[in-house]
Formats: sequence, structure tokens, C-alpha cells
Amino acid sequence: MTDIQYVAPNTLDEAVGAFAAAGDDARVLAGGTDLLVQMRSGMVEPGLIVDIKQVAELTSVEETADGGFIVGAAVSGAVLEEHPRFGQVWPGVLEALNLIGSTQVQGRASAGGNLCNGSPAADSVPAMYAAGAIVTVQGPNGSRQMPVEEFPVGPGKTNLAPGEMLVSFTLPPRPPASSDAYLRMIPRTEMDIAVVGVGVSLTLEDGVCTAARVGLGAVAPTVLLVDAAAEALIGSTLDDAALDAAAAACSAACNPIDDKRGTIAYRTKVAGVLLKRTATIAADRAKGA
Amino acid sequence: MNEMSNKWIGQSTIRPDGAEKVTGRAEFAADTNMPGMIWGSVLRSPHAHARIVSIDTSKAEAHPGVKAVVTAQDIVDFPVDTPVPLGIQDMRWMCRNIMAREKVLFHGHPLAAVAATSEAIAAEACKLIEMEYEVLPWVIEIEDAIKPDAPILHEYLEHDGKPSNITGTLEHKLGDVEEGFAQADVIIERSFTTRPVHQGYIEPHACLVSVAADGKTTIWSSSQGQFMVRAMTAMLTDMPQSDIRAIPAEIGGGFGGKTIVYLEPVATMLSKKSGRPVKMVMSREDVMRASGPTSGSMSTVKIGATKDGQIVAAEGTFYLQAGALPGSPIRGAAGCGFAPYNIPNVHSVGIDVVSNRSKVAAYRAPGAPIGAFAVESVLDEVAEALNIDPLELRLRHAAREGTKAAHGPTYPLIGFVETIEAAIEHPHYKAPLGKHQGRGVASGFWFNAGGESSAQVNITEDGNVVVTTGHPDIGGSRAAIANVAAELLGIDYRRVSVLIGDTATVGYSNLTGGSRVLFASAMAVTDSAGQVITTLCERAAKIWDIDPDAVTWEDGEARPAGDNAGQFEPLSLADIAAQATQTGGPIGHGAQLNTTGAQGGFATHICDVEVDMDLGIVKVLRYTSFQDVGRAVHPAYVEGQMQGGVAQGIGWALNEEYIFDKDGHVDNPGFLDYRMPVCSDLPMLDAVMIEVPNPAHPQGVRGVGEVPLVPALAAIANAVHNALGLRFSSLPMSPPKVLAALEMPEAAE
Repeated sequence: MTDIQYVAPNTLDEAVGAFAAAGDDARVLAGGTDLLVQMRSGMVEPGLIVDIKQVAELTSVEETADGGFIVGAAVSGAVLEEHPRFGQVWPGVLEALNLIGSTQVQGRASAGGNLCNGSPAADSVPAMYAAGAIVTVQGPNGSRQMPVEEFPVGPGKTNLAPGEMLVSFTLPPRPPASSDAYLRMIPRTEMDIAVVGVGVSLTLEDGVCTAARVGLGAVAPTVLLVDAAAEALIGSTLDDAALDAAAAACSAACNPIDDKRGTIAYRTKVAGVLLKRTATIAADRAKGA
Repeated sequence: MNEMSNKWIGQSTIRPDGAEKVTGRAEFAADTNMPGMIWGSVLRSPHAHARIVSIDTSKAEAHPGVKAVVTAQDIVDFPVDTPVPLGIQDMRWMCRNIMAREKVLFHGHPLAAVAATSEAIAAEACKLIEMEYEVLPWVIEIEDAIKPDAPILHEYLEHDGKPSNITGTLEHKLGDVEEGFAQADVIIERSFTTRPVHQGYIEPHACLVSVAADGKTTIWSSSQGQFMVRAMTAMLTDMPQSDIRAIPAEIGGGFGGKTIVYLEPVATMLSKKSGRPVKMVMSREDVMRASGPTSGSMSTVKIGATKDGQIVAAEGTFYLQAGALPGSPIRGAAGCGFAPYNIPNVHSVGIDVVSNRSKVAAYRAPGAPIGAFAVESVLDEVAEALNIDPLELRLRHAAREGTKAAHGPTYPLIGFVETIEAAIEHPHYKAPLGKHQGRGVASGFWFNAGGESSAQVNITEDGNVVVTTGHPDIGGSRAAIANVAAELLGIDYRRVSVLIGDTATVGYSNLTGGSRVLFASAMAVTDSAGQVITTLCERAAKIWDIDPDAVTWEDGEARPAGDNAGQFEPLSLADIAAQATQTGGPIGHGAQLNTTGAQGGFATHICDVEVDMDLGIVKVLRYTSFQDVGRAVHPAYVEGQMQGGVAQGIGWALNEEYIFDKDGHVDNPGFLDYRMPVCSDLPMLDAVMIEVPNPAHPQGVRGVGEVPLVPALAAIANAVHNALGLRFSSLPMSPPKVLAALEMPEAAE
């Protein structure tokens, strides 16, 4: 029987200090919707739990002067939902985060935890890829930033260095007529894990798509940024030919496995189907934006 | 009593267990605690099939905090050559299911158990038990298990003179099918498979057992029958039943899955050896790996009809997966499939097949949905081939009073025809359908059951009523019994408290199953209440000094039977109770009955689906079920039963299945990946209750809990066929399978 130490520091430096000092033995607790489940099942037995929910940088949502957002890594989906502006600007990111679990889970689960868990099927991650989020991490050697798509490196693996923790997501300001969307395929209507998830963010000018990013989840060891799909959309009016080309690019990008949640053939087909549906929703939103 | 003008029977009164449940006070088995209590944990097999060479528990026993270790040596061994029936179970198999003996037969099979001062220590000590195995080849699917070279689970069980995984057969015959098929112009023969599905009760199995120094044993557990728990535990631990008091806790769902024991005998032996009360609670993973689902199946059904639309012959073969030990519900599949219909020539065969997965347990109309899926799918095709409306075809052949069923009985008054007629007349059947939408219908039958029930009706000193029955309430029996008692005694239902007695406080009552509880316990309560009323009239007669025959009981009071009886002010229950001591003592009566006359239940379902052609998702848009409910004593609960059965059927048809990995281990042992439907997956499930009171029952009751599941698989599959023109003969109709079939229609097979 190992004893578990629990700390809930008030500052980021204290949190990083405690976390780094404990080495491999420590785990960060945000909402706990992954960590506590892993502990109960015996997958992890941490000696130290660092609860980051008392740290301001990790729990705040800030709209910057230029219209961007900085979202703390431990901000729950329910808190983000209540922000007066975030959901208007980033409806796709918000809907992706709040597809996770039940109402109760959404009161705890955070985008930061979702990213750090390293699951290729994480719902909020393809939406963050599409949004072009920049993540800030801090460790014993200070702070660094990277595009979100560089953060996951494999199932359950991230490029966090020992002692580092995720601090926040920075989402860029939006040009006019921009929006985003996220769709996932699950066999049920809720309380499930994505068999395929697609996030699309785009900008329109006079009906022509001038910028797009596509994030694709649950079809490869990590969430994928599908540049070929984005390129197929950019410059088009999102006509059928462009959507078909982008769908084909998504299917081509798939490198899935057959598992209990879906087959290779099914995931590959569905990636394309969802790309079309997601891009159409994002475009409809952009027209209204 | 069958009057529809009853005051309380037919009212959706407030459920007596409601307030405790919504405020979190209801006590489930895992909530119980005792001074000095310790925790039991089970060591489970890491192999799907292996011979046990040795078990060394010495390190576990020496581990600090460990108080007792139990293995198969501590459980009574029932030799395999002599059947030991208990209800529908056989203790030969039960003793081997709760603790592996000779061999482990599935991944998760219990091997040993440890009781220690904490759950964590008990789990740690389990890992210290040293096992030596001879790993054996394993087999899970029916088609593999019946191959000539299949690994054999039980060398001593033979079929056709050889060791075999076929461990039982059952046959029903009516007329001569060969002659029947010779008259047929249209013959449709199809094969089907269904996957094992779990009952999915929210509450995992749990118990607390205290064996006192004198051997007196108390068991608190989650079960569908405290007397079943007592009997099985007594047999498996070699104790007299009189030493065991089994207390039924509130139950968080059972659906048949809690009609057998897993933990109770093990906890009893741990408690006996340690001298401490022992609590055991399964994890969800334990439940999914090691508790009974219902069978998977492989069926072939053949139906022949003349071109003028007369079905002349029907034949069915139903292979059912029993799991690791014999005893699949072949009777339900082979018996219920053709039971709704008047067909002159029927041959129906059920075949029990063992394989290396957990032993099946009862699940809502065990076996019947499997039979109905095959039969009702083929009937749909017959109707199509004959160009007859599928409900019209069913109506023409519907069993009615006097019809001889292949499984034995000649039906008394039943209400099957009424369910079909109501479905035909219902607006749902005529509603327009959109693109990629389809409508399917199906019918179904369940036996229902009677059997032993006891009840006690006591009048309190202030003139209120306490009724004690002997059945765990999984479907509203307490609320319904309160209605029945209030009706009989002519008082407000709020003056009746209904309790579930334990094995020491109420007479023997068979378990909650077979849709038998309200049928049987209402009979015991009616008998008891009748005796109480007789006593109340006698007491009034004594007070008035007249002949007891001159007193009647009306509207909750004793009245003179007529002018000749004399002029007296009526005496209420409270008036008589207040004078009970002076007039002869406390008032209360009980009855212990073996009830008969439970008649079969019939239902007809209409289902609309829409298919997402690009994702393969089947969505149920609208669902209406029509059921002969006998008499809806508590309509809200009856409606709930009808909706619950359909919801389970939708899960079975569309998504639920066990997935095994390459080692024969369940790969989805939890609700995340074992995909039961959630609320948002379902439309409002409309329930049309049709009341054809059972003439053999004082309140007209027919069992209602199980038949709602029976037609659902076929109704959904027939709706998908109507939408797509593709007939899925293999469940579940999960999105990858549907999408594959849309791209390549032969994939539906």
C-alpha cells in the first residue's frame, strides 16, 4: 500500500516546483475525469497528486485585446460554456469539449486534461488543431510555446518534458466570416468515445473559403492535422467537388486500427463523410458570423 | 374484483420506495456495514480455459491483514454425474461457477477469495496466490464449439455417444412438419445469429455476510430472491437453511441476472473462517466478465405457406450459448418462437452449447427474444412473398382461446388477437414514412409463471395495514400490492405499508422471475386479506352481539348485512382495531400458496427507423408496443415495464455485443464500450396496454415484465429491411455492419 500525497498550490511556480520535484511519481489533477479512473483501475499509482485548480493562470479564460482567447488548461467545459463570448467565436471548440461525458463530467473535464491524456480519440483536440491553438507549457526550466498539433506524439504520449505541465491554450483572433465546427461519430448519441472526430475551422470571403484547418481524430496514433483537406477547401466555394476532394484527403490521411470501437474500413469511410458535414456546418456558421 | 371501476386497482399510486430512493436513503447491499467488518476479494482466472495443476495460498494467508482464504476446497463439491436441481439451476454447475474446480472455464472465472482488513489488502493478497495451470485451447463461438475437433470443456458430458460441447437438447412437436411443408407453395428458410447481451443492471453484485460464533448466519445481498440465496448458500456451504437469514436489500436492477448467487457462498465461507463479517462487491469489470449475460445464438427457421396465405408448417433449430456450464434458455427460444401462432405442424428444437465464456443467467424472457427474432423475421418474408400485410398475416394465424401450442398447452382466454387488432387500428401503423425510413412489426410470447408465494396481512393497533411479502421488488410489486390490499380492504392505499420480508420473517416465496411476482403475491395477499376481513366481521359481530354472517365488509367498514341484522353504526378498521384485545386479540392473517393459472403474455410491436446512409447508424424514430397486460394494477409501472423491455431490445438489436480479444478475454468489460442505449438514443416509447383480465386470477393479473422485450429485435430488423431492402440476419445491426451491407449487400448475412 502506497500513501498518496496531495497538494493544491496557489501559484503556477509552486505547482510546477512540486510537480517537478516528485518526478515520475507525480500526476497533475485538473478535473480528474481521466486520472481518477486510471487510479481506480490500478493503471497508475501516483505518490503525489498536484491539484492545479487553485492556480489562476490554469483556471481563467481571458479574451485578449486583439480578440484572441487564452484558456487555462484546467478550465472545465461547463465554465467555458458560461463565458459570454467564447462560444460565439469558437463554437466548434466549445461543442467538442462539451461532447465529453455527461453533464457531471463536463463540470470537471478540461481541454488541458483532454490533451494531456494523449488519446487519439480526444474530442476537444481535433477542434483545437482546427482552431490553430498555441499551447503554453511550463517546467523547471521556464515556459515555452508550441502549436497544439506538436503536443501529442503517440497514444498516451506527449512532448511534455519531465516536470513540465500544460498551462493554457491561446486561440488566435478571428477575421470576419470565420467559424468552426466539430462532429464525431459514435454509435450512440452521447456518453461514448469518438470512432472518428473531425474539427474544421474556416474563413469565408464573398462565399470563397480563404483559410481552413482540419483536425482529424481517432484514425491514427495521434490526432492529425490534415493539410491536404484544408488545401482542398481553400479557394473553393465549398462546392461538392471541393468537399469530395477534402473528404478524400481525410480518408487518405487515416491510419486507423481495427478495434472494439470501429473497423479500419469504417473509420476510413466515415472520416470523409464527417469532413463534409463538419465543413458545411462551419461554413453555415461563418456566413452568420 | 375484475371490475374496471375499482378504486385503487388501476391507479398509478405513488411508489412506496420512491422517497427513500430519490433522497439516497434506500439501503443497497453495498451500503450495509457491520462492526468488525472486513473485505473479500476474488482471484479470477487469467485464462479462458486451463486445467488447475495447483493452488498455493500460503503467501496470501501469511500477508499482514489477511484473515481468511477460500478456494474450491471450501465449497461443497457436487459430483458431476448426479444432477442436483434447485429451481431451474443445477448445483453441480453452480458450485463450479462460483469457484473453479478442476478447470478454469472462462477468463474471469473465480479461483480463490481472500478476506482482509481492507479492500486493497485483499486485492494485493490475491496476487500472492500461486497458481499453476495447464493452459488449454479454448472456444467461444457456437459454430466453433460444435465443430468435431473443438476443444471440449467437460469431457464427461456426451452427445451422440461422444464427449461434446452440446450439453442438452429440447424438442417440441405438433402435427407432422413434413406433411405440412409438402402442402406449401411458399417456403422460406433462413439462418440467424444473435450475440450474448448483458442485463446491464446498474448495481453490481454485492453482499455482506456475518457468520456468528454459533454458526447463525446473516446475509444482506442484492438478489432477486432471498430464499434462493438462502437455499443455494446452504447447499454450497453445507449449512442448514434454518441457520441462514437472508435479507433482501434494495436492488439496483436484476432483469433475471440476480436469480443465482456468485458472492454469497464465498463470503459466507470467508466469514466462517475469519470469524468476521465479510463484505464483497463486484466491480463493473467483474460483472461484465463473470456474471451471466443471456446466450448468443445460431438459429435456422423454415416456414411454409400456401399461396392463399395459410401457414402450414414451421420448423426451427435454435443453438444457444450456455457459457462455461450447461443451462442455456433453450426452452424460451424453442418454446416461445412459434407460440403466438396457430400453425398445424411445428417442429422446434433447442440445443444447449457450452463454451469458454461466463455462464449465462436469466435475462428478461430468457431465450424468447432469440426465438422471436428468427421466427418473426421469416414471417415478415413470408408475408412479403405472399403479398399480405404482415400484421394481417399474424392476425390470421393468431393463437386464441383453444389453440393448441407446440410447447404443450391449449390456451385459455388470451389477448393476443387484441394486440394485433389494436396495432392495425393505431395511427402509428398508417403514419407516412420519409426517405431512408422503414417500418417493421413483430409479435412475441412469454410463458409467465406462478409458483410459491407467501404473504402476511397485519392490522396495526391504530387500524392501519402492514403487508409483508417475500419477493424483492424489481418492477413495482410493492406499489401494486398496496393497491390490491387497499382495494380488498376498502381503505386508502396510503394506509397500507408493503414490506419485503427476509427468510426468517415471511414464508417461503420463490424468486422474483418469470413475471410471476404480482400474479402470485397478489393471490397470497388476496387470501390473507380475505381471512382478515372474515376476522373483522367476526369482531364486529361480537361487538354488536349478532351472528358473524349478518356482518358485511364494505368501503373499509363493518356494516350490518341487512335490516334483519339490526341497526348498528358501522365500525371502521380503526374502531375494530381499538377493541381487538377485548374481542379476541391481534388481527392478522397469512397465506402460503403454490399458485397456478398464470397465463401467457402476448405483445405486438410497431417500430419505425431511419438509417443514416453514410454512417450506417440506425435510429429508432417511433416505437409503439401493444400488450395484453391482463389487468394493469399499477399502470405507470406496467408502462415502465413495456418501455424498459423495448429499450433493452433496441440495445440488443443495434449495438450491444461482447467483443473478445485474441486470448479469449472480454475486450469491452464496461458501459463505455459495451454499448447499451442511453436516454437520448431512444424516442418516447409508446405503450398501449390492452386489458384482457386473466380469469384464473382474483385481480385478472397476467405477468407483464418479460414479453415487452420479446418482439423488439425482430420489429427493428424488419423495420431496417423495410427501409433498406436489406435483411440483417445477424445482430447487432451496428454502424460498421450496416455501412458494409449498404456497400455490399451480402454483408448483411
